Amino acid sequence: MKELKILAVIATLVGITYYGIEPYAHHVMHPEVKAADFTFSDLKNVDTKLAGNVTNGQVLVEANCIACHAIEKAGHPAMMPNADAAASYGVVPPDLSHAGRMYDKNYLANFIFDPVSAMHLSHKYPVGGTKTFPMPSYNWMTGQEIMDVVAYLQSISPKVKEGSEANKASFEAACGRCHSMKYGQLEATTPVDTIKTYMGATPPDLSQYIKSRGEHYLHGFINDPQVLLAGTSMPRVGLNEKAQEEVIAYMEETGDRKKAEREATGINVMIYTFIFAMLAYLWKRKIWSEVH
Amino acid sequence: MAEFKQADSLYEWFDQRLGIDKFVKVMMTEYWIPKNINFLWAMGVLLTVMFTILLVSGIFLLMYYKPDMNMAFDSVNYTIMQEVGYGWLFRHIHAVGASVVFLIIYIHMFTGIYYGSYKKGRELIWISGMLLFVLFSAEGFSGYMLPWGQMSYWAAYVITEIFGGIPVIGGDLVVWIRGNFYVSDSTLTRFFMLHVLLIPMAILGAIVVHFYALRFPHVNNEEGEFFDFDKEADKYLAGDKKGSKVVPFWPVFLSKDFFVLGFFLLFFFYLTFFHYDFAMDPVNFDKADGLKTPAHIYPEWYFLWSYEVLRGFFFEIAGVSGKSLGLIAFAIANAIFFVMPWLDRSPMVKPANQRPYFKYWFWFLIADLIVLTVYGKLPPTGANAWVGFVSSMTFLVLFIALPFITKAEAKKVGGK
Repeated sequence: MKELKILAVIATLVGITYYGIEPYAHHVMHPEVKAADFTFSDLKNVDTKLAGNVTNGQVLVEANCIACHAIEKAGHPAMMPNADAAASYGVVPPDLSHAGRMYDKNYLANFIFDPVSAMHLSHKYPVGGTKTFPMPSYNWMTGQEIMDVVAYLQSISPKVKEGSEANKASFEAACGRCHSMKYGQLEATTPVDTIKTYMGATPPDLSQYIKSRGEHYLHGFINDPQVLLAGTSMPRVGLNEKAQEEVIAYMEETGDRKKAEREATGINVMIYTFIFAMLAYLWKRKIWSEVH
Repeated sequence: MAEFKQADSLYEWFDQRLGIDKFVKVMMTEYWIPKNINFLWAMGVLLTVMFTILLVSGIFLLMYYKPDMNMAFDSVNYTIMQEVGYGWLFRHIHAVGASVVFLIIYIHMFTGIYYGSYKKGRELIWISGMLLFVLFSAEGFSGYMLPWGQMSYWAAYVITEIFGGIPVIGGDLVVWIRGNFYVSDSTLTRFFMLHVLLIPMAILGAIVVHFYALRFPHVNNEEGEFFDFDKEADKYLAGDKKGSKVVPFWPVFLSKDFFVLGFFLLFFFYLTFFHYDFAMDPVNFDKADGLKTPAHIYPEWYFLWSYEVLRGFFFEIAGVSGKSLGLIAFAIANAIFFVMPWLDRSPMVKPANQRPYFKYWFWFLIADLIVLTVYGKLPPTGANAWVGFVSSMTFLVLFIALPFITKAEAKKVGGK
């Protein structure tokens, strides 16, 4: 009984200390911010209820987009090698093959209407400023036309097998133009010097971000970087919830590759240790019965 | 030379040459420990086991770790964590073990203070134990730098910077410790040497001294009772096992320790596999960058209380800068426990709760250390800075008051 009391005192003191230096300190240093919004409800320039016309969308895309963007899946290869494209635009323009699958419909429509406001980058590209975003606004298109483009992009988006394949594809399409993933043998498609000039700083390698930032932080950060890191030049990329989960899953597969092995081994080690502890207890009882 | 007769067995052959029988008696079966003890008396064995676990996991990590500022981070986070079979296991055990070992050290240390196990002949046990605490601190600090993450770098930067406050030699001393004007590759390689060679050797030596220092004054017991160990041992050997106040180290004492160890390891492995963030700070998974200061810099949890004593003095008092005052207080905080046996002027060797005045001092100290630890991590702004100042002052005042409190206690209990 007395020993249990001592144990309770120690557990209480350790518990208070732990609470102070972990959950409490974390809460003070990283205050809760507003939750991720996967409907991008702040964007209202385009009426997304309009049903898009795929055939008309194709005409519009071929007339307006493929001069800069590759759409490999629809038979439009890149106009020039990555390094040249990066040198021309500042960053390699994205291949639009996966756009319909990965980006939220509302975000995509409003992005076409005005990229800078959709990305939350007006601090970097202020109206009337010296810098302009490489892609122009298509605010001269009607809402119907924009929705036609969106419908076309959604229609050509390839079916990707769920799991590792989709995770990697989403990461490459959403992050891979700026960020490298050394532990996954992925190098940013925009050359490092070019991207540094374009962004103002070299975008970090993301190999260990699943550990250094953690899933919770990434969940909010990718959805809207400005909420957690005001003033950053990283754009809001507009991933839908599923695509964002795939991106984070890929970061975990690469950055914490042994997670499954760790958890399985952990259970076995704890069962083994528990058996050891019980045997030790029985042995102790036997030995001490002779001296008490 | 002694005469040797033909040995009848391999065991006897060795026994003739090494005195195995006698050695086992002296070290194990006739090494006497008081019977009146609780599980807190198992902490020494727990620490021995933890040190062994750290040593073995460290040896495995050493096979793949690269002490070079360009390679260290990836050698830990990629090679060891992802490529080497079960490399992650050794890293987790080593990192979590380094943190948990301090938890046990603190329990061990405050058990000693609570039961008065540092006086009346036990002074050298205490001092060698404190020496081990300092060595483990140096080992923990040097090891934390090796993964070359952001917190490795900046904690090393801040802590080495502290030495710059020492008058006259400060500036040169910092450069001498770092091997450069800033924390750099030369700092990493020398900390690597300290971590894997010099300090572990010193720890092994200090452990031997610590164990040996226990031999003559004997282990304390739950009531602080002094008795004749030889007489009690004779009683035990004569068969009066229940009447004797002592038990042999093997198997009786160790059987209890193994039981405590079993449940401790269950807790330890839970942390290792499922709850390791507290010991493997997320910030340290960003590679060290000398141009990018993290928003919050803090040492590992076991240094927080003394770090807060250092930070606690943030304003000038009587013409002495806050930085200097903090440094003085920090130096005192790290040295003061060594002289516990002489600050405690009461002859009582009893658990704190049976001592009329000391009990208040003890629990006050524990509370203050917890406050210091928690506020050592929080940003030192606004009210936090004042909490830090008050708790740092409290710490110093407690130790200034200790001789007077214990003197008064001695008077009250009349030299008992």
